[in-house]
Amino acid sequence: MATRPMRIRAKETDGVVNVKVLMAHVMETGQRKDQEGKIVPAWHITNVTAKCNDKDVFSAQWGPAISRDPYLAFSFKGAKKGDKIEITWIDTKKETRTDTAEIK
Amino acid sequence: MDTRRRNFLQASAVLSFAVMSGVLTLEEARAAETQWNKELFEATDNEGVFKALGASNPEKSDKVKLVAPDIAENGAVVPIALSAEMANVTMMAFLIPENPNTMTGMFNIPEGTEANIATRVKMAKTSDIFGLVKAGDKYYLAQKEVKVTLGGCGG
Repeated sequence: MATRPMRIRAKETDGVVNVKVLMAHVMETGQRKDQEGKIVPAWHITNVTAKCNDKDVFSAQWGPAISRDPYLAFSFKGAKKGDKIEITWIDTKKETRTDTAEIK
Repeated sequence: MDTRRRNFLQASAVLSFAVMSGVLTLEEARAAETQWNKELFEATDNEGVFKALGASNPEKSDKVKLVAPDIAENGAVVPIALSAEMANVTMMAFLIPENPNTMTGMFNIPEGTEANIATRVKMAKTSDIFGLVKAGDKYYLAQKEVKVTLGGCGG
């Protein structure tokens, strides 16, 4: 199943890279019922990692309570404009997606 | 030993080492990527979360700032942010005890990354939100009540 790309904005100011990511994922909680009254099974991102210059700069474990089409913002030091940041997510179905962006 | 043979052996050794450390790193990375603390995400109250984390006695702290709206227009999408002023922050998390499962997300802060995160969460109903921070060996908390008019878990 093809997933839509993440929108990543990474901007370096005074040595700090501020990253904002918008991921496309349904983040189904497993609590919702469909029109026939059947529970829609849980399907959500479980892990997020971010790497820059081969270094882990962020990681997270997520539950179903992170909103649909997750938004995430974090900041880190040690990279400069032109470096690449790579963000990966894995979900409950073990589907995974990685997107890369250049730090501006 | 002739030169060519020596060079070849040296190259092989370096290559093997590189491959081995590469494989190890790849497996470690995979393991880290897919580790998911089930007990943590199944906890139904703050105590359950603290226990799953091994967090002893988190203390309220002014140095932990939780930013969340007073009233959430839409419980499906509540923007929240957490920052901490203390040094050596390694983990930050959001707890929403009135949700079916309390733990929302656990964020690891490696060295070089700032103790400042923002995301959007689902809230089933009006609840206190707790921002939990691990700095060194200690845990700290900040708390804020968010009123929800339209619940966000599908109910």
